[in-house]
Amino acid sequence: MRGNRLGSLSDQPFVMPGHGLISIAMDFEFTQEQIAIRDTIRELVQDRVAPRAAEIDEKAEYPKDIEELFAENGILGIPFPEQYGGISGSSVTICMGIEEIAKACATSSLILAVQALGSYPILVAGSEEQKKRLCPPLASGEKVAAYALSETGSGSDAAAMKSVAKRYGKEYVLNGSKQFITGGSVAGTLVVFAQTDPAADHRGISAFVLEREASPWKAPKLEHKLGIRGSPTAELVFEDVKVPVANRLGEEGAGFKIALAVLDRSRPGIGAQALGIAEGAFDYALNYVKERHQFGQPISSFQGIQFMLADIATQIEAARHLVYRAATKVDSKAADLTKIAAMAKLFASDMAMKVTTDCVQLLGGYGYISDYPVERMMRDAKITQIYEGTNQIQRVVIARALTR
Amino acid sequence: MAAAEAGLMGVLIPSEYGGAGLDALAFAICIEELAQACASTSVIVDVHTSVGSEPILLFGTENQKRNWLPRLASGELLGAFALTEPASGSDAASLKTSARRHGGGYLINGTKVFITNVGHAGLYIVFARTGEEKAAGVSAFVVPSESPGLRVGQVFKKMGLNGSPTGELVLEDVEVPAENRLGAEGQGFAIAMRALDSGRIGISGQALGIAQAAVDESRALLKERSREQGDDFLLADMATRLESARLLAYHAAWLCGLGRPFTRQASMAKLHCTDTAMQLAIDAMQLAGEEGAISGATFERHLRDAKALQIYEGSNQVQRIVIAREILR
Repeated sequence: MRGNRLGSLSDQPFVMPGHGLISIAMDFEFTQEQIAIRDTIRELVQDRVAPRAAEIDEKAEYPKDIEELFAENGILGIPFPEQYGGISGSSVTICMGIEEIAKACATSSLILAVQALGSYPILVAGSEEQKKRLCPPLASGEKVAAYALSETGSGSDAAAMKSVAKRYGKEYVLNGSKQFITGGSVAGTLVVFAQTDPAADHRGISAFVLEREASPWKAPKLEHKLGIRGSPTAELVFEDVKVPVANRLGEEGAGFKIALAVLDRSRPGIGAQALGIAEGAFDYALNYVKERHQFGQPISSFQGIQFMLADIATQIEAARHLVYRAATKVDSKAADLTKIAAMAKLFASDMAMKVTTDCVQLLGGYGYISDYPVERMMRDAKITQIYEGTNQIQRVVIARALTR
Repeated sequence: MAAAEAGLMGVLIPSEYGGAGLDALAFAICIEELAQACASTSVIVDVHTSVGSEPILLFGTENQKRNWLPRLASGELLGAFALTEPASGSDAASLKTSARRHGGGYLINGTKVFITNVGHAGLYIVFARTGEEKAAGVSAFVVPSESPGLRVGQVFKKMGLNGSPTGELVLEDVEVPAENRLGAEGQGFAIAMRALDSGRIGISGQALGIAQAAVDESRALLKERSREQGDDFLLADMATRLESARLLAYHAAWLCGLGRPFTRQASMAKLHCTDTAMQLAIDAMQLAGEEGAISGATFERHLRDAKALQIYEGSNQVQRIVIAREILR
């Protein structure tokens, strides 16, 4: 179980199936390399993460052991291309990893999802020097990343942020606070957005990479939550935190653009998380209805139950296609990736909420108690409709793209 | 005629038999494009191409293929599929139409109902009982429309798809030579089920076309007038749902084209695409308001057309049975 299990897979052949005249443009298949990565993660998750999931939820403690497991096995290196010490950098592969982990434990899937979210700003907007310097310790799993955009008075309206970074020679001094920062208390590398020109509104926002040793921040408070309880959601405070100018991403004022570009790329990952949660709940409920006998027969023999199963399976399948379509578009930098990524996040998270609720229903009274995992999955699903842009914001994004 | 000239009648038929030799994904896209403009036209071409021709391609002998496919591909003959009977809808295996051995062939008797392309078809793929009262007693036959004893019964007035004729096909002592039987005696039910699997891809394409038209027209409407965020949100939900439906349909078609199992995916596609088309037609009309409800407006036509799709080629309840059976296996 020790050693880097994904590191050895990246040399495997890359297979691109194509068929027929029009089908060439459609590719519903993963590469052999991606499948090998997925299968490795699946096995690891079943062995090591699934048995911990209920406890992580109950104790609401950050599973440092799972972070270490992911680091040892190369999973935290998935968001990074090989030249920066990682093993992939592909959004499709990231989504596959998140989906597999979320099937067993949504909290643990956030370790990978936030590693990707916190690294995207560097990969999207960083200079070659910054990527070479900042990525390898993340890719190796020595450090985890986080992304700090939201503030108490600035959620969906990100441009209203109050955190300020003032430049003094070769460094900036950062003051302010951030709210609802996933992994903000455990991160070694933190991307923070702050105003460098408060008068310029969203054009005055800049992005900075904080490394904990050189630019320490405080995390005075962790939230108590409905779901993803083992994932620390932190309030972060910055009091005269010094950040070298070399750690500013892009130009001054480019921060808002970077923040949105990052969210475009990370949204398929939230879709994948929602997908995994729904699949985990459905796998459990499907086995349950086959085993559970009432009126002398398995309840899966009742048509009312069968129709629920068919609808759930169809919704999951539809969401899966949207998520991987969006991830493919991120990887190919397609012109409509903003719209499709928002669609994937919206559809998959609404689906997961509906599906996990139905799975609780399929288990009846057992579904409602904590001895069975589906109630946890239902609680975990809710946040996917809220974070990385509420589903109302997704609709704004989609409608804007449609009515342009 | 225009569809035939464009080569749309032989999309799935290999070039050696005069068709375009394209795959199921190309077929779905063709039907989608047609349905975007006119759902009636799309169902005529869809039924012809999938259930009305493909059984010959998949189960016919070389002679049968040479005899029928070139004329189907050129559009000289329109294909149709005669499975449903007044007392045998979702329960297709209970059909009563009989095919009794007679001389060197068969004598077919019975009444089929809800037959798309009725009266215009040049041939019908007819399912009739040659044996026991179960699925294993059903056989499939290619019956030319000019066969003595074959006549069109009532042609129905419908809620939508008004350009596509739907009605009864009556068969009274229709003589069919043995060489017109598709596959072996008793293979008919399996042929029908396979035909419907592909048919569901076509219906999914149709649903996508109607749904796309609903989204496009809603979008055009909203861009022209002052609108509230609630309108934008509805449009966003419509477009998102359509995108998910399209990917399900294309995936099923893609699997079919590769020769892989696709029954579950085709049923999921048919279920989700047609429910989506219905919902989007309703939503589009809601956005259009009274103007959309006026007879002759495209909005009200989409709504009337879309409803049929939830019912034919296996009602959406039957799709759920198929999907549940596949996942409970």
